[in-house]
Amino acid sequence: MKNLKFLFTGMLFGIILVKSEVISWFRIQEMFRLESFHMYGVIGSAIATAMLGVWLIRRSGVRTISGEEIVIPKKTFTKGNVIGGIIFGLGWAITGACPGPLFAQVGSGFTVVLITLLSAIAGTWVYGRFQDKLPH
Amino acid sequence: MNILKEPWPWYIAGPLIGLTVPLLLLIGNKALGISSSLRHICAACIPGKIPFFHYDWKKESWNLFFAGGIALGAMFTLLFLQNADPVAINPSTIAALKALGVQEFDELMPRDIFNWGNAFNATGLVFFVAGGFMVGFGTRYAGGCTSGHSIMGISTLQWPSMVATICFMAGGFAMTHLILPHLMKWLLV
Repeated sequence: MKNLKFLFTGMLFGIILVKSEVISWFRIQEMFRLESFHMYGVIGSAIATAMLGVWLIRRSGVRTISGEEIVIPKKTFTKGNVIGGIIFGLGWAITGACPGPLFAQVGSGFTVVLITLLSAIAGTWVYGRFQDKLPH
Repeated sequence: MNILKEPWPWYIAGPLIGLTVPLLLLIGNKALGISSSLRHICAACIPGKIPFFHYDWKKESWNLFFAGGIALGAMFTLLFLQNADPVAINPSTIAALKALGVQEFDELMPRDIFNWGNAFNATGLVFFVAGGFMVGFGTRYAGGCTSGHSIMGISTLQWPSMVATICFMAGGFAMTHLILPHLMKWLLV
C-alpha cells in the first residue's frame, strides 16, 4: 500500500517529537517565557537542515523515487497569515501543542487531549463554514 | 549518551525534524504540513454543503496516514523509549508555574491539568476546548501551522510563512504573559 511509507515517516516524526520533549506543555511555556533555548534550537536547526535539503534537491534536479519532478507548492499571502497566525499562537500557548504534537500527546498517554483534537477539528470546520465572511 | 532512555538534545532532534522535509519530497512529492489533516477529517466526516470541504480528500490521504503515524510513534516511544527522568525544565519556569497553581512536574505534561477529571469543568473548557478551537481555527485561517509554515514554508524561502510564524510567536507571547497567568490563577490556585 502506497500510504504505508507515510505512516512510517509519521511514526519516526512522532518518536522525534516525543524524545525531544517538544510535545511537552512545559517546554512551550519555557519557550514563551524565554527561559530555555531548547525549542528555539529545535525549530532553528530544523529550518536550517530543511533549507539545506531543499537546496540540494533543487540544485541536483533529483526526482522523486517514482520519477516525478519535485514541486514545492507556493504560499500566497493573505490577511489570514496574520489574524489566523495570532489566534493559533494564543491557542498554542494554552494547549502546549501545535497540530502535530496534539496527535503525539494523545499517543503518549494523555488521552484527554482527544478533546483538544476534536475541538481543533471543530475550529477548522468553523473556519471553513465562515471562510467567505472573514477578511483575507 | 543512552539514546533509548534519555531525552534527545535540540541539535539531534532539530536536524532530524528538518530532514523530514526533503524525505517527504523524495518519497512522494509531499509538502510537510500537519494542520491540513484536520481539514481532511472535516472533508471526510462532516463536509455539509461547505465548499471548503468539497474536494477529493482521498487524494490527500497520505497526510492522514502521516498524522496517524505521529500518534503511533508517540505510543511506541511511551512503551519502549520513554525518557527516564522528568522534563528538565528551567527552575524559574517551575517556580513561576507553581505560583500559578501547577503541582505536577514529573511527566511531559502537567497531569493535574491534563486529566479526564477536567473534561467537563472550567479548566477543561479553557485548556482543551478553547485552546484546541483556537489551534484548529487559527492554523486553517493562517493556511498552516508550525510544520507547514515555520519549517516547510521558511525553509523554502516563502515570506508569507515568515509573517505567519512571527504572528504565531506574537500570539504565544501574549497568551503566556498577558492572559494565561490570570486564567491559571482563577482556575488552579
